[in-house]
This record gives sequence, C-alpha cells and structure tokens, in this order.
Amino acid sequence: MRSVFGSGTRRFTATRGVVSGAVLLAALSACGESGAGADGAGGDGGNDAQACTAGEVSYGEVDEEVAAAEVDEEALVVYSGRSEDLVAPLLDQFTEETGIELSVRYGNTAAMTAQLLEEGDQSPADFFLSQDAGALGALANAGCLATLTEETLAQVAQTYRAPDDTWVALTGRARVIAVNPDLVAEADRPTSIDDVLDERWSGQVGIAPTNASFQSFITAIRVLEGEDAARQFLDGLVTNDVQTYEGNGDVLAAVDSGEIAMGLINHYYLYELAAEAGRESIVAENVFLDDGGAGSLINISGAGVVSGTDRGEDAQALLDFMLSETAQNYFAETTYEYPMIEGVDPPAGLPTLEELDAPDLDLSDLDSLGETLELINEAGLT
Amino acid sequence: MLLTAPACLAALIALLPLGYLVIVAARADPAVLLAQVVRPRSLMLLASSVGLAATVTAVSVVLGVGAAWLIERTTLRGRRIWAVLAALPLAIPSYVAAFSWIALLPDITGFTGAVVVLSLSCFPYVYLPTAAALRRLDPAMEETSRSLGIGPYATFWRVTLPQLRPAVAAGALLVSLYTLSDFGAVSILRYDTFTRVIFTSFNASFDRTPAVVLSGMLVLVTAVIVLAEARTRGRARYARLGSGAARLVARISMKRKTLPAYGALGLLGAASLGVPLVSMGYWLSVGRSGEFDLPQIVEAVGGSLLLAGGGAVFTMLLALPVGLLAARHTGRLPGLLERATYLGHAVPAIVVALSLVFFTVRYAFDFYLSVPLVVFAYAVLFLPLAVGAVRASAAQSPPVFEEVARSLGRAPRQVLRTITLPLAAPGIAAGTALVFLAAMKELTATLVLHPTGMDTLAIRLWSETSTRSYAAAAPYAALLMLVSVIPTYLLGRDRRRTGDDLPEATQGHPATVEPSGQAQARDTPWLGSSTYQSSLHAEAVHR
Repeated sequence: MRSVFGSGTRRFTATRGVVSGAVLLAALSACGESGAGADGAGGDGGNDAQACTAGEVSYGEVDEEVAAAEVDEEALVVYSGRSEDLVAPLLDQFTEETGIELSVRYGNTAAMTAQLLEEGDQSPADFFLSQDAGALGALANAGCLATLTEETLAQVAQTYRAPDDTWVALTGRARVIAVNPDLVAEADRPTSIDDVLDERWSGQVGIAPTNASFQSFITAIRVLEGEDAARQFLDGLVTNDVQTYEGNGDVLAAVDSGEIAMGLINHYYLYELAAEAGRESIVAENVFLDDGGAGSLINISGAGVVSGTDRGEDAQALLDFMLSETAQNYFAETTYEYPMIEGVDPPAGLPTLEELDAPDLDLSDLDSLGETLELINEAGLT
Repeated sequence: MLLTAPACLAALIALLPLGYLVIVAARADPAVLLAQVVRPRSLMLLASSVGLAATVTAVSVVLGVGAAWLIERTTLRGRRIWAVLAALPLAIPSYVAAFSWIALLPDITGFTGAVVVLSLSCFPYVYLPTAAALRRLDPAMEETSRSLGIGPYATFWRVTLPQLRPAVAAGALLVSLYTLSDFGAVSILRYDTFTRVIFTSFNASFDRTPAVVLSGMLVLVTAVIVLAEARTRGRARYARLGSGAARLVARISMKRKTLPAYGALGLLGAASLGVPLVSMGYWLSVGRSGEFDLPQIVEAVGGSLLLAGGGAVFTMLLALPVGLLAARHTGRLPGLLERATYLGHAVPAIVVALSLVFFTVRYAFDFYLSVPLVVFAYAVLFLPLAVGAVRASAAQSPPVFEEVARSLGRAPRQVLRTITLPLAAPGIAAGTALVFLAAMKELTATLVLHPTGMDTLAIRLWSETSTRSYAAAAPYAALLMLVSVIPTYLLGRDRRRTGDDLPEATQGHPATVEPSGQAQARDTPWLGSSTYQSSLHAEAVHR
C-alpha cells in the first residue's frame, strides 16, 4: 500500500515519530514555562494564592492599559453569581437612574469565582455579586476585592460584612428546617438541629450535601462547637439514613410531596416553590430554630468591587444602589430574603433577624469550607 | 507531510488542558498532591467512575448493536423511522434526561439511575457506526457461512460481529469517555464520579489542587481506555478488496419474534425519548412561570446556532488531518496524534474552560470571552467525535484509488482534494453533525467562556431551571431538541439506494474514479449511507 501523504513512504519511521513527538512536547512545555513566568503574581495555587494584586482602587482614574483590554469599554462589567431572573430588573433600574451602562455575566457563583481567580489582574470584571460569603472570602484572600469606602461599610452591621472591609452582605438567608405538616405533628416539630437525628425520623430527613448552604451550615457547627461536634452530627445523619439531594429546592420538593418528613434548607426556597407552583398547593412549612446555635445561622449573599477595576467610582455607585432602600425592598419582596440596612422591614410573616438570634459567628470564618468538605466526605455524604 | 503539521496543531490544541493541569500541579506542594492521590476517597472514585463507565458502555453496546441489527437486518417495518428515532436521543441533554427520570421515578438515583440515563443518552454513539457498518457489509461472507451449514445466530456471532468490531469499539470508546466526563446526569442522580467530585471541590473551596489531582487521574484512566480501544482495532483492514459490487443483504424475517422485536424497539424509544418529552409537557402544564418571550428565544436560538455551528466546522477542520492520517498510516505518530485528541474529551468541561481562561488571559487577551474562544473550547472538548468519524470513513475506502491517481501523475495535494476528501465526505458530514449536537447541549464551558450578554438555548435552560422556573425552561429544552433534530435526522437517515445505481467507479476503472467519487460525495453525505461505501465490504484481512 502506498500513501499519498508521506511522499511515497508507507509508514512514518520511528525516528520521525520521536522527533515530532519531542517537538510537540517542547512546544507544550515552552507554553508552560512562559505561563508560569507571565503569572508573576501567582502563588502556589489553592486558597492562599495571590491571584490579584491587591491595593487601593484608583477611583475615577482610568488605567489606559486595562481600559484597552476591557471587553466592553463603555459598560461596567458585573459578574453575577445570582440568577438573571432575580437581579436583572434591579440592574436595569440602576442603569435607568444613573445612566451607567452595565454588561452583566451570569453564572454559577463557584465557577465564576474560579474564573475570576484564574483571570487575576486581567479580569474584565469590575463588580462581583455572590450567592454566599465563602466565595467572597476566597476572592478577598486572593486579593481580588478592593477595600470599600467607610460610608458603604457603615450601612451594614458588623456581623454581615468582611472583617477586612472587602465585601458587604446584600441580603440575609436564614437556615430553616422545612417540614411536611402531614408527617410531622405540631408537637413533634424540631426545636434544635439535633432533633433531626432522632430515630423516628430515620430515612425521613433530607439534605443537599454538595450545596454551599449545607456546607456553610456544617462549617458553622465546626466553628461554634468544634470539629468533633460537626463530625458527630454528620455521622448522626448517616446513621439516621439521611436522604441526599442535589439542591435545596430538590429537598423542599421532596418534603412537600411527602417523600420525606423534613429537610435542612434555607428559608426562601419555600417562596420560590410557591411562586412556581402556587401558594395554595404547597403544604411544606418552614420551622425557624432560635436557639442561637448553628441551626439559626444567617448566611448571606453579598457583593464586592474587583480590585483590578478601572471604574472604581461606578462600581461603588452600584454597590450603594444595591444597599439603597429600593433595592433592599426589592430583595425582601421578590426573594423573601432579609434586608441588610436599617429602615427596611423583613419580608412579611417572617421573624426578624433579632428574633432569630443568629449565632455569634464571623461569617468570613465560613470560607474554611475545605475542611468541612473533608468532614462531609469522610462521613460519606457526597 | 501535507497533513502532519495541521494534525500536530490539532493534537496540541487538544492537549492544552493537560498543559494547564501540569502548570497548576507544578505550583502545588508535591506532598499535598501525593496525599490527594493516595487518599482512599480518590481510589474509591476511581472504582466508581470506572465501574459506571464500564457498565454504561456495556449496556450501550447491547442496546446500540441490538437496535442496529433489528433495524438493518430484519424485515421489521418502518425502518426509516426507527433509524431516525434511534439516533434522536443524541439531541437530548443528559441533564434533561436525568431530570425527567427522577421526576418520574424519584428512587432512581445512584448507580442504577446513572446507568439507565447515561445508557439511554449514549447508545446512539454505538448504534450509528454499527448500523452504518452493517449497511456496508458485503453479505458474501455471511452467505458463505450459511452455505457451509452454520446457523443464522452462529453466523452473526462468528462472522458478522467480528467485522463490526471496529465500529462497535469506536462507539464504545465515545460512550465511556462521555460517561467519565458527564456532570449533569451524575449530579442530578447523585452518583459520585471523578467529574462530579471535581465540580463539588471547586464549589466548596475554590481550591484547584484537589480538582487538578482528580483530573490528572481521570486523564490517566482515559489514556488506558483509548489504548485499549486502539488494540481492538489492531492491524486489520476493513476496506473491500477485489472488483465488483457487493449485493444487498437479504433481510431476516423475525416470524414469531416480530412482536417482541417491535416491543423492544418501542420500549427503547419510549425510555430514551418518551420520558423526557412527557416530562417537558408536564413542566409546561403545571408551571406558572411560563411567559413566552419571543425575542429572547430567537436570540438564544441564534446564539446556539452560531456557537455550535462554528464549533462543528472548526472542529472538523482540525479533525480532518488527524483522521485522514490515522486512517492511512500505521506509524507511531499518526496513532499518537489521534489518541492525543481523545484526552480532552474526558477532562471535565469546567477544567477545560478554566485552562482556556488561563491561556487566553495570558496570551490572547483579545479573544477572551469571544465567539472564537467558545468555538475553540468546543474543538478541545469534541475533537474525538469528528476524528473518529473521519477515520472510520476514510479507512473504508480502499487506498488503491489514491495510488492510481498518484501513479497517473497527480500531486499529493490534488489527490487529497479530488480523491481522499470526497471519499471521506460521509464521515466528514457525520462528524460535523455529531460535534454540532454535542456543542448544542454543552453548558459548563459555554457558561464560563461565552461573550458577555450572549445567550444560547443551553444557557437559558440553565438560567430558568436554576430558579426552578420549569415552565419557563420547557420551551428552551424543547427548542434545544427541535434544532438538534435536523442533524440527528440526517445522521440516522438511511440514504442507501438499490444496487442498480452503484457508481461505475466500483467496477474498478481508474479513469472514472475521480468524477464519480465527487458525484457520490455530493449525493450521499452521511455516515455510512453512501452507495459508494456500501459497495466496499469490510473484510477483516490481517496483513
């Protein structure tokens, strides 16, 4: 058999193969070296990597070089880990009021955080909207978030903002136990998280172990009561044949349908489900724990200004808008999340933040999810 | 050399994510890396991932070969419809299928659920090449076997099946790689594989090290599978020798087994297509979030077509040299290049996406978050789909045509253009269609890399389901399938004609090779449906 490709040779000789292979490898490794070199600010990978050059944002001043690389030079670039359905109307209103055009990227909070960490100083992003405190903490640790102004920080209670002043909470999310009243009598409703470990709820409790909110909750137990307590709780769940689901919404759907009696979720999922299926067709109810333990944890969604931004002032304006009464009311009414500023009432029918008696906990400690994940893995729950 | 340089480039592109893994791993503490590798959990994941991939592959082979045999070799009615239906599951994203199944049977989680959903989504990868190979087989060998007193079933096992081996193995390889890299189905069905844990690990700690270690292990598993498949190929040749045209196959009447046969095909169709469709209808009927936002839907369709179309064409351009080289050369380099393209297919899409973020941000910032970047990502992810189709198609056309053309004084470039490419055309079209389908469904990398503000059907579907607005999501899921139906229909369609109009070229006159080759290429562009191909029987002659 003769070949049309190899100028008459029937096979590639071994030498040729080796040489070409070597060229291929060399090209790759050259890429690798220059890659490592170009990323001078890059650290050792992992949590402690300094992906971004931290520092003061030059408010008002435009850095020519960065501006040239902007995806859309006109617009302020927002990376949103919160869904489009939810925040788009609010962002449109911001543009209407201020005339500042926005270019918004929607995605999953974790994937976007990883993306921003990988982009480092080159990131086109100016503003980051996050579903949880952990992602903001990771970005702050890598130096990717800028220090916020005093006025902004002052609007939010100390508990709900970064200790290093790099992010603030926009909304609060209460941890609850959703119950199905058909399966859980009024008198049997849980009053502490340990109640779900009771034998009679064997196989009747649902969790979403891969979900950030469950991991934050376990982290809270770890931080408040220590590693052993967290491990015991997880083992207790496993012993009690806990049912695992992909997301909080799935847990709630299972509770609502009577597949299980109760589920550990955040409070607003009930309202999400009600919006889709109709309030009257939902049987599940939220049980708020108010014992000051991890069960009454208030997690947050929040925002920060990306340290590489050339639009510091506009980004700051957006953050202030998000903390305005308009926006805070919008969140309370649309997603039933807790507002973060004074003077805006919590969603109707919900206990106030004070009544909930959230545990005394530094939310930024919740970024140590790695250790928690290890525990969850060890318990065999993921 | 005409093809070697572009083929090397394609392989290099496919290996980009590996380069990223090496860079990240090199920055991490070796002790930490090692600790990750030898953790019992990593080894458990190895077992669970390989176990799932092996089971799904086995089930897909049984379903795919069974369906192909029933449709191509028996007298069952409605062959054309069955052929399209058997290819259609390719148009359904595995996350939609998983959602549907779990809505129908809430208990179908874990291993069983993952096997059911992934097998039903993947079996067309086996069905398509097997059906194509069955159509092309010269019945002479089977007839000889029967005339020597071997029964029909023994003939199938001993004569037909060995000839189908490369087609089945190629499909099985794609199924196993798909299973290893799938995230949607395993996460919804809650079965831990490397890919699911890699995602979870990103979610939890934003730390790349565990993800990189697991990805590295996944790449090694893939390498082993790819090598194993290459061994099944061996050095057999599958192009028909000799002159004359192959006759059409005499179909077997199922007699009393007719009803069970219809039942089996019907059940397969109901499980793979019926379940997702019914569940989508249910979403539409119960949800209240359904608003028909036409401009947004049109924009999403446009975005999907642009990205998937661009991705399919670009991927095919890269795949052509690799596939043709691999089909025509037995040396080490072509094989190496071909296998290199498979490695990207098993790397989880999130890792591929982040690796492209890493490289683009540093070396090609102008392309960051642009259409070309997404198109490029699709090439890294889906190159094997295209390479496999080109190689299979090119391998089945006998090299004699090219040799004759060369001996008549044609330059290699001309031979490539006038003989090789037209002969490989069915494979080129099929590969392009396969990549298009995969790209339409792709979500993870698209979400990370798409131009800000651009929408695709998969992104809209994700966006709506992430707020549990299933009714609003349903039209996007339906459209995603609908747009995908066209290429799937063309893939599954049986374009074979009767034996009378076989081209002259197969009579073996060198002078007529070129024109009729071209004419055929235009006429019969789909995998294994070419009359030209059908006249070349696959003959497993070991050299």
